[in-house]
Amino acid sequence: MVAMPDLLPALPELFLACAGMLLLMIGVFRGEGSLRLVSWLAVGALLVTGVLLVLGPTERTVTFSGLFVSDSFAVFAKLLVLTATALTIILSQRYLETEQLARFEYPVLLVFATLGMMGMISANDLIALYVGLELQSLSLYVIAAFKRDFAKSSEAGLKYFVLGALSSGMLLYGASLVYGFAGTTNFDALAALFAAGETPAVGVIVGMVFVAAGLAFKISAVPFHMWTPDVYEGAPTSVTAFFAVAPKIAAITLFIRVLVDPFGDLLAQWQQVIWFCAVASMILGSLAAIQQSNIKRLMAYSSIGHIGYALVGLAAGTEAGVRGVLIYMAIYLAMNVGTFAIILSMRVQGRMVEEIRDLSGLSKSHPMMALAMAIFMWSMAGVPPAAGFFGKFYVFMAAVDAGLIVLAVIGVITSVVSCYYYLRIIKVMYFDDLTEPLERPSRAASLVIAGTALFTFPVFFIFSNAILTGAATAAASLFQ
Amino acid sequence: MLLTGIAFYIFAAVLVAAAVMVISAKNPVHSVLYLIVCFFNAAGLFVLMGAEFVAMILVIVYVGAVAVLFLFVVMMLDINFQELRQGFLQYLPIGGLIGLVLAIELLLIVGTWVIAPETSAVAAAPSPAIDAVTNTEALGRIMYTQYVYAFQASGLILLVAMIGAIVLTLRSREGVRKQSITQQVQRKREEVLAVRKVPTRGGV
Repeated sequence: MVAMPDLLPALPELFLACAGMLLLMIGVFRGEGSLRLVSWLAVGALLVTGVLLVLGPTERTVTFSGLFVSDSFAVFAKLLVLTATALTIILSQRYLETEQLARFEYPVLLVFATLGMMGMISANDLIALYVGLELQSLSLYVIAAFKRDFAKSSEAGLKYFVLGALSSGMLLYGASLVYGFAGTTNFDALAALFAAGETPAVGVIVGMVFVAAGLAFKISAVPFHMWTPDVYEGAPTSVTAFFAVAPKIAAITLFIRVLVDPFGDLLAQWQQVIWFCAVASMILGSLAAIQQSNIKRLMAYSSIGHIGYALVGLAAGTEAGVRGVLIYMAIYLAMNVGTFAIILSMRVQGRMVEEIRDLSGLSKSHPMMALAMAIFMWSMAGVPPAAGFFGKFYVFMAAVDAGLIVLAVIGVITSVVSCYYYLRIIKVMYFDDLTEPLERPSRAASLVIAGTALFTFPVFFIFSNAILTGAATAAASLFQ
Repeated sequence: MLLTGIAFYIFAAVLVAAAVMVISAKNPVHSVLYLIVCFFNAAGLFVLMGAEFVAMILVIVYVGAVAVLFLFVVMMLDINFQELRQGFLQYLPIGGLIGLVLAIELLLIVGTWVIAPETSAVAAAPSPAIDAVTNTEALGRIMYTQYVYAFQASGLILLVAMIGAIVLTLRSREGVRKQSITQQVQRKREEVLAVRKVPTRGGV
């Protein structure tokens, strides 16, 4: 008979799955008004999962007959995803309560989405990749339409669902072609097959491009970005905050693993695809954001641009490039969670506002919040002492070392262009007249804003070593 | 052997004919019924190939669930199919072109189908020999052992789908009279029953 699989490498996932189902039960039996309890329990469960991850095995272990892999690359990315989800749950509470969305399913669905992301990050097989991706996507479709009585939210959910199903179809088609021509879905076996050095069949390359297209949709890289602004604008703001961070980190980690691990020896075949996606995303992200007046749409275009910069590191295809992407995503997490904490605090006389001009005069009514927002914007634009500069620095360095000088030059030019709209927000906050003051942010939101702002500016600058070495170990574990 | 040949051609011919009828039938209900015929014949083809598990799944899932769902949708939603069909000829050239491109691509892919020598080593059959066990048993053996991770994850996906359906559609409405069995059972005779003397020609 078959031996019991080694469960230890997957212990964090198993714990989170059980915790998710337990939270569901607690919510069902306590009924209405259990959002607060379930939310804090969910945050606790995510914390315990993080601790289990850190204490777990650090060397590469494969279990479940090769479907699941745990290495320091996975641990690093999973810690980022867990942090993003926990912060989003904390930030969401007040928003959900004031918008009459206080239902306990929200944190439960976020926990299941996180579980799906952890499955994606640890996938070592095309089948495991697909089930992880679907678990994540299905939860996201539901929470996008969570404000079900509003047409915009339902529209966002439906749009995301239809386009997401299309991308899943492309991914599956590609996976079936790879399976048909290579005879296996396992990443290790695929890597061994391509390492043999023979030119792969056309079918494998077509299949790989289809898989890459499906994944590019999930990280909303241009030309697969059309859904992003509409979904970001339509979904409830707390959901947008989640969409902008955790799924992006998980999907780009999965993207890296798929391209570097099984298809690593086909670098010449996929480098041009990633090159194009990176350039197109950077250009669109910096140009299309200029004329946006809604801050959620602006953040959507900004996230498309950021994904472009992260793809620059992947296009390099080297260990330094992967390290750059991981550092970039860690900084991206802090900047975006902080910015969305401020957007979630944009309330005037009891209603949410989301236009950029609503921020006018923020420096007079809430000087600290305006300062934090200014730090995030400087950082996103990539202006030196802020953390965002270092993120861009490492990916561009990797690209130059890999000989992709044109790519790096385009990246620098587009980030100068994107300064325009980031700095416009600072101008609105500091030089425009105050119209209506915003309400006081909740205590949780203030803490998150202060923490992420401090991380973005002085803390990362001084204590960057821990993250740099963590990312370096993670990237090295992928290239063993 | 001859019998299998004859069966193959009958199944295949009926399948193609029914598929043509699916897209050309005027009445959408007829289309769905032809689709069911298609599924049955495809299942027959699978049985001829020795894949009886896939054949049964095709009948149970596609005929039993999907086709019935289609029928429900067609009958319950009042869709004007005449209107949907109006642009058909208009889009024929571009649709035909895309179809042609896809067909050529598929031909090219099949044409270049080369099984690399390493592939056969990689694809070491996870299941026992085909004549040792039935393919239902072979699938069952790897489903709960080798692919237990994917199996459990699929279970979670279904759970999320269920939560999602409830979150998006369930509403607690006011003024709906729900049956509460505990309340019914706990009713006492004294609370609900009163014996009154009714005077003659008076009423209550």
